[in-house]
Amino acid sequence: MSAQGIGEPVRRKEDFRFLTGQGTYTDDMNRPGQLYAYILRSPHAHAELNGIDISKAQAGPGVEAIFSGKDMEADGVGGLPCGWLIHSKDGSPMNEPPHPPLAVGRVRHVGDSVAVIIAATREQAKDAAELIKVDYKELPAVVAVEDATKAGKPQLFDAAPNNLCYDWHLGDKAATEAAFAKAHHVTKIDLVNNRLVPNAMEPRSAIGEYDRATGLHTLYTTSQNPHVIRLLMGAFVLHLPEHKLRVVAPDVGGGFGSKIFHYAEEAIVTWAAAKIQKPVKWTSDRSEAFITDAHGRDHVTHAELAMDKDGKFLGLHVQTLANMGAYLSTFSSCVPTYLYATLLAGTYTTPAIYAEVKAIFTNTVPVDAYRGAGRPEATYVVERIVETAAREMGIDPAELRRRNFVPRDAYPYQTPVALQYDSGDYFETLDMALKASDYLGFPGRRDEAAKRGKIRGIGMATYIEACGIAPSAVVGSLGARAALYETAQVRVHPTGSVSVFTGSHQHGQGHETTFAQIVADKLGLTVDQVDIVHGDTDKIPFGLGTYGSRSLAVGGSALVMSLDKVIAKGKKIAAHLLEASEADIEFKDGKYTVAGTDKAKTFGEIAMTAYVPHNYPIEELEPGLDETSFYDPKNFTFPSGCHIAEVEIDPETGVVKLVNFTAADDFGRIVNPMIVEGQVHGGLAQGIGQALHEGCIYDRESGQLLTGSYMDYDMPRADDLPNFQVATNVTLCTHNPLGVKGCGEAGAIGAPAAVMNAITHALGIKDLLMPATPQRVWQAINPMRQAAE
Amino acid sequence: MTEMRKISVKVNGKAYEAEAEVRMHLADFLRQKLGLTGTHLGCEHGVCGACTILLDGRTARSCLTLAVQVDGHEIMTIEGIADGDTLHPLQEAFRDNHGLQCGFCTPGMLTTLIELLRDNPDPTEEEVRIGISGNLCRCTGYQGIVAAALDAAKRMRALS
Repeated sequence: MSAQGIGEPVRRKEDFRFLTGQGTYTDDMNRPGQLYAYILRSPHAHAELNGIDISKAQAGPGVEAIFSGKDMEADGVGGLPCGWLIHSKDGSPMNEPPHPPLAVGRVRHVGDSVAVIIAATREQAKDAAELIKVDYKELPAVVAVEDATKAGKPQLFDAAPNNLCYDWHLGDKAATEAAFAKAHHVTKIDLVNNRLVPNAMEPRSAIGEYDRATGLHTLYTTSQNPHVIRLLMGAFVLHLPEHKLRVVAPDVGGGFGSKIFHYAEEAIVTWAAAKIQKPVKWTSDRSEAFITDAHGRDHVTHAELAMDKDGKFLGLHVQTLANMGAYLSTFSSCVPTYLYATLLAGTYTTPAIYAEVKAIFTNTVPVDAYRGAGRPEATYVVERIVETAAREMGIDPAELRRRNFVPRDAYPYQTPVALQYDSGDYFETLDMALKASDYLGFPGRRDEAAKRGKIRGIGMATYIEACGIAPSAVVGSLGARAALYETAQVRVHPTGSVSVFTGSHQHGQGHETTFAQIVADKLGLTVDQVDIVHGDTDKIPFGLGTYGSRSLAVGGSALVMSLDKVIAKGKKIAAHLLEASEADIEFKDGKYTVAGTDKAKTFGEIAMTAYVPHNYPIEELEPGLDETSFYDPKNFTFPSGCHIAEVEIDPETGVVKLVNFTAADDFGRIVNPMIVEGQVHGGLAQGIGQALHEGCIYDRESGQLLTGSYMDYDMPRADDLPNFQVATNVTLCTHNPLGVKGCGEAGAIGAPAAVMNAITHALGIKDLLMPATPQRVWQAINPMRQAAE
Repeated sequence: MTEMRKISVKVNGKAYEAEAEVRMHLADFLRQKLGLTGTHLGCEHGVCGACTILLDGRTARSCLTLAVQVDGHEIMTIEGIADGDTLHPLQEAFRDNHGLQCGFCTPGMLTTLIELLRDNPDPTEEEVRIGISGNLCRCTGYQGIVAAALDAAKRMRALS
């Protein structure tokens, strides 16, 4: 069945329902007797919450109930937990202030939840919300990380002096200082990694339901990891045991990280549904999404790179301020630490690295993992400073990179920042990118553009990712409060078709196809004989979900484990039926054969025998063919790549046209090249968006979000982007059964630095803030005119 | 605010009659009153294009159209594009060119391209990119969608 097996561009099984309008997203669902929730939110960035008068609102038409934070508190509802404990340099645990689902006593960002209004229709709930009077006492707000730690600035929490969550470090300080002491040249750079809003096209939605007869609570939600939500909400927030709590994440319209986290609204509707004994649905509108979905990035960094006279990297020192927003979102604390500083070696042999990260609370929406999560920020630092170093040293940027790449024969390669790379070939990937982008032909294109009055630039970025997160014991030792294995159950039905129950969750990635390809490949079936079931805690044994490009590397490995168990059990059955020794049974292309003979049984015959065990080794073997596995990764996986951007700038308008973008990536073995290419394209669009279009801007005094709609927050549109040149190099992951590494985040990781390196190359400047809007570019071209104005 | 009106409308060739508040927009009417949840709401301020439908054959943002405005008119939504289980060439081209990932923007992409390819059966890549520039997709980077549109144009020309 190679036509549908691993490596084939099989058309997606899920497409039919999406193309015909038959997907089932959370807001498409309605439960009998369902009411609608609207959440009243703070219009202030920082205020004391002194009282809420709901008397008029309660009498509004259709209103069923109104609850505030005090009602939830009275019921013993807990705060939203953070899943990763970081310790500061001095060994103290991070400051972890409470995060009640509905605010109590104080609101800390525009959009903080104040009350929930439940009514017969959404419109009635909104109408009633307008009748609620909230007694706010406004407080001064702090928005920027550079401001938040200064003396005399507003404090968000008494328990977090100077708004500090933690002051963390990684690496060898003394070795790094020694490296700088002997440096021939030191390159320094100050960088801002702009705050982004993930903006999955489907707004978040949640339906809570309670069955009095069984005591079962059900939550339907737009989540990338329903079991994680069940665990966090059940154990920490609502104190419900797992067997009385079902979480369903049906079709989900994009996540990009923003749907990993346990959000207040999930707890609110689940709690309220039990309280009023009726299903309660909440669906975000886009304005609400901008002020409640966790944001991404928002780093301010100073970095220094020490080199010898040949450009060999000796040491890297990085100091970063990371904006956490007003509360700690679910995985926020690990993003600027273990998902960031551990990647600062990049693709290079830099022997000494020291990173210092301060995480800061501000009166803004919480910041958490967004496509790449720490790795784009690390790549931005490394690749911007390397490119700058190349210019300062007068060495071609590709050549400087080659001089410092991890050698081909150095794997497994231990970096000075905790990770051990298992495989890669950065030289080959770089050459692929240089060739595909016609790097050598650039001067000709630059001269041709100059004749038309345009300025061309070319820039590159290599990257390394740590995906397939992660060995549970390793992350546990680093502060993770969760395990990070994945599960897969393979249920072979009596007639030989297969249902797979996976803890991975798809929200665009096409697992229903790629996971079915793996089954088809291993068992000799067609993909239509395989269904992939995901997203329901009542159906799936357990799961940690989909994020960090981990589904295939971890979930796919669990699937292979279960398939291997199925095949092995089948061998025992086949040996019995064929009256042969188990050792002589071979399984290939869906058939069990006795080696060297034409005696054979099909997979379907074996499945039927397993369920109708009339002629069966019943003394030694249980009936049935249904296997479950938990796969705990042995290491991270390390996708890598080289991206090259070419831009053409109109000096009259400052408009940057991205004329060519090349991505050469190494994702290990590729199961479905069509889907992988789509993942790369999507990641690139978001990375290019960060460089050229997107930026989340708060008013620095009032804490009001100024980019709170699609009119103000500019995401790339079809006419903003070129066709991307995509190439793949393959070095296999050495420690998982498929040899896969992960591909979902690569584009967002490599693109920002490549684009900004191209722009700064074109303009002959060291740095420019992202996004490189026409205004910023024009001002960079016209510094005198800017100064005069 | 809560005045109700009766609305008669033909959707995907089928006649419907339902009551709606005068303030209800067409997307909510399709989704909540008629149960046609294939039309998606991405922004509710007319910028993302996910809710695009064909109103009397022309694209319209159903989040910016009031339900009462369609009384006596004809609408086509994503549910009406395929012929039963037989996909429209545009839908087939989307599947063959990986023109969708999460599927949320897809209803608006399809309806927008139905109009575009009807009015311009042989578009250039640039015309397609500009034609769908009112529709946001966060998953695909648009390359698969553009390829699908050009492929669909070819398939549809071969059929006509």
